[in-house]
Amino acid sequence: MALDAPPRFEGSIGLGPVRGPRRRRDPSHEQTWRLTDRIALALCWAAGLMLVAIAGTIVLYMLYRGLQYVTLDLLTTHPQPGLDQSQTGGFLDPILGTVLLTVIGIALATPIAVATAVWIVEYGRPTWLARAVESGIEIVAGTPDIVIAIFGLALFQQHLFAPLSLTADGGAVFGRSFLTAGAMMGLIAIPMVFGTTREGLQAVPAHVREASFGLGKTRIATIRRVLLPSVRGNISTGMALGMGRIAGDTAVVIVLLGATLQLEPEGSVPGFDVLKGTGSTLTSYVYNNSPAGEGNAPEKAYAAAFVLLLIVIALNFTVDLIARRGSRTGLESTRLGA
Amino acid sequence: MRDPEAPFAAPDYDDARPAGRAPRGSGPELPPPIRRIVVDEDVAPTVAPSRPVARGAGAADAADRVPGPERMTLEGLSVAYGDKPAVKDVDLHIRQGEVLALIGPSGCGKTTLLRTLNRLTELTATAVRGGRILLDGVDVDAMEATVLRRRVSMVFQQPNPFPMSIFDNVAYALREQATRRPRASVLAPQVEDALRRAGLWEEVKDDLSRPALRLSGGQQQRLCIARAIAMRPDVLLMDEPCSALDPVSTAVIEDLIVELRRDLAIVIVTHNLQQAHRIGDHVGFMYLGDLVEYGTAEQVFTRPVARRTRDYVRGAFG
Repeated sequence: MALDAPPRFEGSIGLGPVRGPRRRRDPSHEQTWRLTDRIALALCWAAGLMLVAIAGTIVLYMLYRGLQYVTLDLLTTHPQPGLDQSQTGGFLDPILGTVLLTVIGIALATPIAVATAVWIVEYGRPTWLARAVESGIEIVAGTPDIVIAIFGLALFQQHLFAPLSLTADGGAVFGRSFLTAGAMMGLIAIPMVFGTTREGLQAVPAHVREASFGLGKTRIATIRRVLLPSVRGNISTGMALGMGRIAGDTAVVIVLLGATLQLEPEGSVPGFDVLKGTGSTLTSYVYNNSPAGEGNAPEKAYAAAFVLLLIVIALNFTVDLIARRGSRTGLESTRLGA
Repeated sequence: MRDPEAPFAAPDYDDARPAGRAPRGSGPELPPPIRRIVVDEDVAPTVAPSRPVARGAGAADAADRVPGPERMTLEGLSVAYGDKPAVKDVDLHIRQGEVLALIGPSGCGKTTLLRTLNRLTELTATAVRGGRILLDGVDVDAMEATVLRRRVSMVFQQPNPFPMSIFDNVAYALREQATRRPRASVLAPQVEDALRRAGLWEEVKDDLSRPALRLSGGQQQRLCIARAIAMRPDVLLMDEPCSALDPVSTAVIEDLIVELRRDLAIVIVTHNLQQAHRIGDHVGFMYLGDLVEYGTAEQVFTRPVARRTRDYVRGAFG
């Protein structure tokens, strides 16, 4: 965008002004804008371009590093303890752990968050309770993950929750499993899904609700058939944000998932044993293999980080696709505003 | 152009600027004081003055029409928001086969009156209602609101189709509460019928699965009408249905209203006096919550009894 000199007025000579031929100013051309406006516009452009550049740099750098080190072998072999990098295997388990934990977390968070948002926007009475709920969610959103993780550990070590995690012979409950970690991950994701859903519902004009009531529909039918379909895009945005948070979280993984090298099934029920067992995710794997961790295998850390990035992007696209498939609402063109 | 050396000259519109700014020419860096949209004359959009033609309805037609049976009766209807009265003690009869147009200045209570008829005002927490509303002799308070609203249906000021397909918009209205959802193939004839009566079928029949929000404004409003008449209501309420539309779409919808009134009682709120004249069989003039005048369109517009009506229909205020 060219920043031309602002239009100037000819100086005056003698008594009256001498004016050039009146220049037509068309406000649709930025060149005719006031300087401060043009600077502001340039800053907005710069901010947008900078964000794209940063995102592109991260992806490209990880792509460059990742492609250097990622091999099919790494993706398909279990991690092993070992002193030398050639013996420590790949990161199949952390990949599965990441996907599993993300799915558990978002599956727990979405219904609760959407239901809460519907209640807040469509009912919201008594007002004090609605306010309390909103403050509660804000507090959860602002709580550091490590605090949520420690709280989750304290909570799930109660005997009440013994069936959810590994129990030692003496009856001690460890509180570490995919289920307990997933529950806390859900808590972390709730504010994201809640926030976007609430905004979406608030953006639905009142006359759309009235149109539905005017056709003899109840409030609940209106929510189910009109409002929730209208905010599908918002819900999917919230889910994408929430899944990003979950997949990227390390604190909960280390405290509540055990960050064990491999998936360690617990109990004898097929399927459920994995959920009850411990494991690790790519984040904890990256941490452990980075120079900061004990593994000290930076190549594998880079490769795992690249795969993590791919998984997050893939999850986002999947959710978007599911949210849009079969719903020809006419709102598809706007992702954030429905 | 104003001479900047003559500071006391009356500023003309062109040079109007905020007080305290230095006059033009005193500093070299001054930005242009006022930026306006400048349009080349030869490309300036011209609005073709479209004079809606009389459609043989309304005033001219009303005299020789036989009024149908009375569907709704309002007895001493009053509505207040908190302690602020909006509608005061209105008696009104709504007959099948005629269009009742409610006119009046903004805030006179006509929309409130309309929304009371299908008990939509109940959604406003502060609204209080007095008086009786009868639908075919039955007090509407004795009916379930959902049942009432299927019989007294409504079209709003803003075209507000739901974010679903054209078919689903109409089918949504047809599906009854708490029954198993009928298949689309079962509803298809009724949907087609509603779209035909709303004059939209020919335009959309090729792709009923298109999102309703992709339609034009006028088509959206006709879809809303189709939706509202799909379950064959007794009364159709219309709250300024054309105020968001262009003249062509307005004309189409006015034709539609005149057509629809054969099977229905229609109550329409409008700001547009010509519209009330064109399509109204009876016209009610409201002012500050009172029903000041009620009569045939011809009588209200040409021989108004009350002075306020006379002033209003002649454009003295509004």
